[in-house]
Amino acid sequence: MKAFIRGIGQISPQQTFAGDFLENVTAYNTNMLFCIDPVYKEFIHPLQLRRMSRTLRMGVTAAKICLLDAAIEMPDAVITGTGFGCVEDTEKFLLAMLNNNEQQLTPTAFMQSTHNTISGQVAIMLKCKEYNSTYVNRGFSFETALLDSLMLIAEDNAHKVLVGGFDENSFNLHTTTDRLGHWKKEKTNSLQLLESKTPGTISGEGATFFMLTDKEDENNYALLKGLSTLYKPENENEVEQHVNDFLKRNNLSASDIDLVVYGLNGDARTDEVYYHLRDKLFNENAGAYFKHLCGDYYTSSAFALWFSANAIKRQVVPQSVRLGKAPSGALKNILIVNHYRDINYSFMLVSQC
Amino acid sequence: MSERIAITGLGIISAIGDNVHQNLASLRAKRSGIGQIKYLETIHKGILPIAEVKHSDDELLILLGVSENTGYTRTALLGMIAAKEAFADSGAKKGDGIRTAMISATTVGGMGSTEKFYLDYINPEKTGDFVKYIDSHDCGDSAEKIADNLGIKDFITSINTACSSSANALMLGARLIKHGIVDRVVAGGVDGLTKFTINGFNTLMILDKEYCKPFDKNRTGLTLGEGSGFVVLESLEVAQKAGKKIYCELSGYANTCDAYHQTASSPEGTGAFLSMSSALALSGLEIEDIDYVNVHGTATQINDLSEGNAMIKFFGNKVPKFSSTKGYTGHTLAAAGGIEAVFSALTIYNNTIFPNLNFKDKMDEFDLIPVTDLIENAGVKNVLSNSFGFGGNNTSLIFSKV
Repeated sequence: MKAFIRGIGQISPQQTFAGDFLENVTAYNTNMLFCIDPVYKEFIHPLQLRRMSRTLRMGVTAAKICLLDAAIEMPDAVITGTGFGCVEDTEKFLLAMLNNNEQQLTPTAFMQSTHNTISGQVAIMLKCKEYNSTYVNRGFSFETALLDSLMLIAEDNAHKVLVGGFDENSFNLHTTTDRLGHWKKEKTNSLQLLESKTPGTISGEGATFFMLTDKEDENNYALLKGLSTLYKPENENEVEQHVNDFLKRNNLSASDIDLVVYGLNGDARTDEVYYHLRDKLFNENAGAYFKHLCGDYYTSSAFALWFSANAIKRQVVPQSVRLGKAPSGALKNILIVNHYRDINYSFMLVSQC
Repeated sequence: MSERIAITGLGIISAIGDNVHQNLASLRAKRSGIGQIKYLETIHKGILPIAEVKHSDDELLILLGVSENTGYTRTALLGMIAAKEAFADSGAKKGDGIRTAMISATTVGGMGSTEKFYLDYINPEKTGDFVKYIDSHDCGDSAEKIADNLGIKDFITSINTACSSSANALMLGARLIKHGIVDRVVAGGVDGLTKFTINGFNTLMILDKEYCKPFDKNRTGLTLGEGSGFVVLESLEVAQKAGKKIYCELSGYANTCDAYHQTASSPEGTGAFLSMSSALALSGLEIEDIDYVNVHGTATQINDLSEGNAMIKFFGNKVPKFSSTKGYTGHTLAAAGGIEAVFSALTIYNNTIFPNLNFKDKMDEFDLIPVTDLIENAGVKNVLSNSFGFGGNNTSLIFSKV
């Protein structure tokens, strides 16, 4: 199963919504990354905007940018993936309920708190009555959304699928999950994330939409050629074996990979597996990483796919993401290797059209 | 892609019973699970009726055979109980080498625990045992706990399309098998009752102060429920060759979107009509082959009007027998599609239509009257089951006798 990437829209902690490609990157020192906002009223009517939470604005706008970029008005399906869903509206309703002893509550935050709010709002905005779904399984959320899209296209049930991943950061979410040891204790310069060698990482967020299609077109970014997930591997060797099998299934060997994009997040406890793969399989290959730019969140692999599709289309790997060996020659095949807290592993193969 | 999909295992826990056997007995006896609030701590106790599973969390742990609560939310516990029953019912064994997927659906995830401890969560000064629940807030937690409990590793995901969620879990499951990604799927959904949900629906003013009355003229809203329903899906051919018990076939499915309003269905039921039509087209059946519809039938003003109109548009003047089972279980949100898939399978396997409780007077807008008494030897070969949700998500499933 495969599909071309025709268009992309992304809002992230970097300037990624207006055709920029990480030429100038923003550093953060807060361990907590938030998106750089576009001018939302250029995309959404101010009356609607007023009622929308941050993630809803981000998601709907990223979807709109993607549609414009793809020059496609109406998709055949809308599919999203999100780990935490609409955090701000959930917190708003929850806190109001707890602080007011379940009284004097208003419905807007509740209505917009469900994880499928963005896929629903995008469908309403487009009047798209076709297939619509939302996946909510941690580090598999965006991956299942992609798989569903690829299946719909393979089934001939869709020819252009609008598929996105989004997650929203918040102070309360960061504080809460900090108690589980997810985040670094010391304030870390995000651009020096890999140098810290301490436990924990930095939290992030983002909204990224892709238009996948089975139609060839000179404007296609790249081909999403393969996708695979792995749940709770026993050890590094199982991951290595999985990557080998994945490449083999796609008739590729390690030497065919021009760039490996690693989901390194600077957490000394869980980064080792990436270095293991690099040492065992990709010692000769150029590398890149991305979580120092967007932070870690359940659907951060969408940022990696945005990066990879752009790198293929532009044939550029910006300095800010390079890891180890610099790429030489044409970028034909990029492998993304990502995991969320050593539980949800995913692998994507992005190739030249 | 022409592979047919069999249902080989059923599992359920709801307000009307802890397993398939108890649920079936209650359905036959017209015994509703709705009552006054007992387990949920809320100011609505004694005012709003709900359909609770009749056990505390500690009792659910015992039912499951787990000795210590290391962070299991009510949602996870309910899901683990129903999925375990379905898995065993299909003859599956932990580690039997069959490539298996776990697809669960939930809308609230671990909110039941979050709302108890949230003010402590966000206050770093506070410490205590509650910290173990933090990581179980998100929707993926229950699916992963269910998968771990059953030793499922090959494919795991969770769906949240509000009240159509678990119908979509079955649909995705069938497609994964047809694509050869896995050979067996445990698919369904779960939602535990929470203050968050009851207050949310209360602000929308769509909760009935009496027991919900689906498709009745005087209906004033839904009754919330909780529970979990799971089925096991396998290739029909493989299941037949292995001589397995087959409840029925999942012969059709479709997912469409109303694209009308964030929480309300369109009065004419556009999305519902589309999902029923597309599911029928996939099944290859004729419209008159549908013998019974397990309607979404939440008993809100707008749902029953919208769904009724969609059925009339779809079936014309020959709307088949139909009933909503929400009068038994309440509206179990993400679990509804899974629970009603279990009921639909039982309808076919036992050739019995379960009645629509609390119906008295037909609606003014049309002449649709649900089945109000148990019908045995009903001659049911094909069942259509509808699930509709916030966000305009509509999914229809068709179950057929094999």
